[in-house]
Amino acid sequence: MDIIISNDSDKPIYEQITSQIKNQIMQGVLREGDALPSMRTLAKELRISVITTKRAYEELEREGFITTVVGKGSFIKAADTRLLREENLKRIEEHFQEAIRIASESGVTRQELEEIFAILYEG
Amino acid sequence: MNRMMEENTNMEYALEVRGLTKHYGSFVLDQVSLQVPYGMVVGFIGENGAGKSTTIKAILNLIHKETGDIYILGHPMQRDGKPESDSAQWKEQLGVIFDECNMPAELTAKEIHHIMKEFYRTWEEKKFFDYLKQFRVPADKKVKELSKGMKMKLSIAIALSHDSRLLILDEGTSGLDPVVRNEIMDIFREFIEDGEHSVLISSHITSDIEKIADYIIILHQGKVVMEETKDDLLEQYAIIQCTKEQMTKIPADQIIGKTENTYGAHVLVKGAAKWKQEGYVVDRASIEDILLYIVKRDEV
Repeated sequence: MDIIISNDSDKPIYEQITSQIKNQIMQGVLREGDALPSMRTLAKELRISVITTKRAYEELEREGFITTVVGKGSFIKAADTRLLREENLKRIEEHFQEAIRIASESGVTRQELEEIFAILYEG
Repeated sequence: MNRMMEENTNMEYALEVRGLTKHYGSFVLDQVSLQVPYGMVVGFIGENGAGKSTTIKAILNLIHKETGDIYILGHPMQRDGKPESDSAQWKEQLGVIFDECNMPAELTAKEIHHIMKEFYRTWEEKKFFDYLKQFRVPADKKVKELSKGMKMKLSIAIALSHDSRLLILDEGTSGLDPVVRNEIMDIFREFIEDGEHSVLISSHITSDIEKIADYIIILHQGKVVMEETKDDLLEQYAIIQCTKEQMTKIPADQIIGKTENTYGAHVLVKGAAKWKQEGYVVDRASIEDILLYIVKRDEV
């Protein structure tokens, strides 16, 4: 499992972790039953606070991506394709939302936006 | 404070301080309370004279305090300064590192080992010499011949070579270069990894605290003014870079601290995202920034 943390990112560190783990699940790099490192080991290796890794794992568990068994550790849950698809849709919406905001601030029209989208999608 | 509570060991925290008060001439440590949970590093910061060392000395019963209940590894320290009769056990589990190495100047590290072996039931010879080797501290040189950095490393090696469960550092890393400090931070990370060991580190090197701490306590003029997780501090606080005119539009109750110069102003606020959305230029605030703004806020 690879995890890359950036201190300069706008995203809080716990969110960078949850995103990357979710990505790896969606890409099939992490599969059902795979064991995650313990929160404390991950914190030590990444040189971050255990409060951060705990928060990341708790969120992943809350959203149904992992399951934590006391005394055993945390494991990837069977990929719920509906969950993953929803996750992806949410991210797409967030990105579109941002593009629309910038467009409206800078006077870019909806038509121009759609043209850009068409070009990018082909490329 | 309820006398009954004092008789129960409080196993929730490695260190608990409740309502510590001490007058020192015109200076007052005012109802200082703090907790160090098991398996965590608590960073204790504040400007020189804020009272950090006084707090730590009071915790360790090295100076008298007027009020305050202190529990070290669940064991209450008596109010009049007399430790519990079973203090021997928790003394094995407490490692203290000051900014001055308190070892006798004429002894070598090797000789210190022979003394520590008798003093600590849980003294580990191999661990001690391994740390000396790792820290490149010569075992056969007298303490007075060691550089300041080496003396500190020796103190740290000693603290880690018996069954320490709680480490308390009072500026213990301040005289060390960044390379060694980094090594020591890694050692602390490993130290707390099993969730049963804890560190309280008081330091003015806020960048180290920013790296290693789980919780950060800011002491200012004898009072605890902030007590948050490092994550919350770094995520929530931000510095708005704006014009003096723009600053007048920011509600006063949202301004935690501010500075101005000829060309503009810098305002410490909570909630970076909100201010970014309103179009302000927003920078992340470091722990050092937060401390500086808090201190400046009270300067007239």
